[in-house]
Amino acid sequence: MSFVKELTKGLIKENPIFVIVLGMCPTLATSTSVNNAIGMGMAATFVLVCSNVMISLIKNITPDKIRIPVYVVVIAAFVSVVDMVMGAYLPELHKSLGLFIPLIVVNCIILGRAEAFANKNNVLNSLADGIGMGLGFTLALVVVSTFREILGNGTWAGLRVMPKTYDPMLIAILAPGAFITLGLLMAAINLLKERFQ
Amino acid sequence: MNFLGQLFVMAVSAIFIQNFVLSRFLGLCPYLGVSKKMDSAFGMGMAVIFVMTMASAICYLIYQYLLVPYDLTYLSTLAFILTIAALVQFVEMVIQKNAPALYKSLGVYLPLITTNCAVLGVAILNITPQADGSTHNFLMATLNGLLSGVGFTFVLLAMAGIRQRLALVDLPKSMEGFASGMILAGTMALAFYGFMGLKI
Repeated sequence: MSFVKELTKGLIKENPIFVIVLGMCPTLATSTSVNNAIGMGMAATFVLVCSNVMISLIKNITPDKIRIPVYVVVIAAFVSVVDMVMGAYLPELHKSLGLFIPLIVVNCIILGRAEAFANKNNVLNSLADGIGMGLGFTLALVVVSTFREILGNGTWAGLRVMPKTYDPMLIAILAPGAFITLGLLMAAINLLKERFQ
Repeated sequence: MNFLGQLFVMAVSAIFIQNFVLSRFLGLCPYLGVSKKMDSAFGMGMAVIFVMTMASAICYLIYQYLLVPYDLTYLSTLAFILTIAALVQFVEMVIQKNAPALYKSLGVYLPLITTNCAVLGVAILNITPQADGSTHNFLMATLNGLLSGVGFTFVLLAMAGIRQRLALVDLPKSMEGFASGMILAGTMALAFYGFMGLKI
């Protein structure tokens, strides 16, 4: 039972972006299009799942005082794997995500889950937590990028959804649009929460 | 171009045109997290400038003289993050020992800096070839770290100033906290977009 609970909590109830508010940098930078968002989300999910499982496996032999450096090394190793695999098989996506692939290392979500969850729970639950949080992160990225891509480019994941005559609001895919979209989405979620509680 | 001219171009571009926070989206966690009060924003800014300058210099040296000769450039992410973590720890110890007053005002922010993506970001950007194919030399890499840190502090202080005033305003409940902070940052980014037109 607890496996399912850990798996689903990351999606809505403890969504890393909208509820815990961690990992803002990649959210804003890579949500310019739905394709980028899915790529970033999947890369982060892979690292999150692997590092959660690994850290949970070694939690008993890790000295408490140096646990943070140990986590960082584990995470950095998996990030390098993702970086190289993506560079070899998905060069275009790798190029458009650019700097933000190596920067998954310092994504607060991954270190945060390692410290707050994988460090204290067994492997199976850590796996579930990693998958759930990773998918929650991806979901949030897709939601933000859906708004930005449709408004700023008239397309969704490359498919045209707005009529040809639509004049794209370029601002939505530029830097200011990222902040404003996320701010408005957060306000909307707060409003919904108020209504339903 | 002479050195001073180059320096000026670099300063304007790092602080205004390609600001780390508002146009590159690096270092947003401290930007939103530590910008509630002016004092703490100032402390955080100073600590970031210091660590970014040191990290730029040391990571550049490690990359050029350790990773490149032994063909280990694929380890750069791992090497850089360890260097930064060790550096932050070291800086913390030195300051604690030699400048207790400074430690008192910066101490709480130092551990947070390890996971500030602006620091790792500047270290990686320094070794990445630029648009014209050239790479930074040692001096330029260090100065880039320093100036990017200044740019970060500049917008952090501006944000703290605005948020201090905003705290007195009666906002709708759903707009409090991060939501209004984000929209504020968006408006600032919009203002900074004006600098894009600068031709230097």
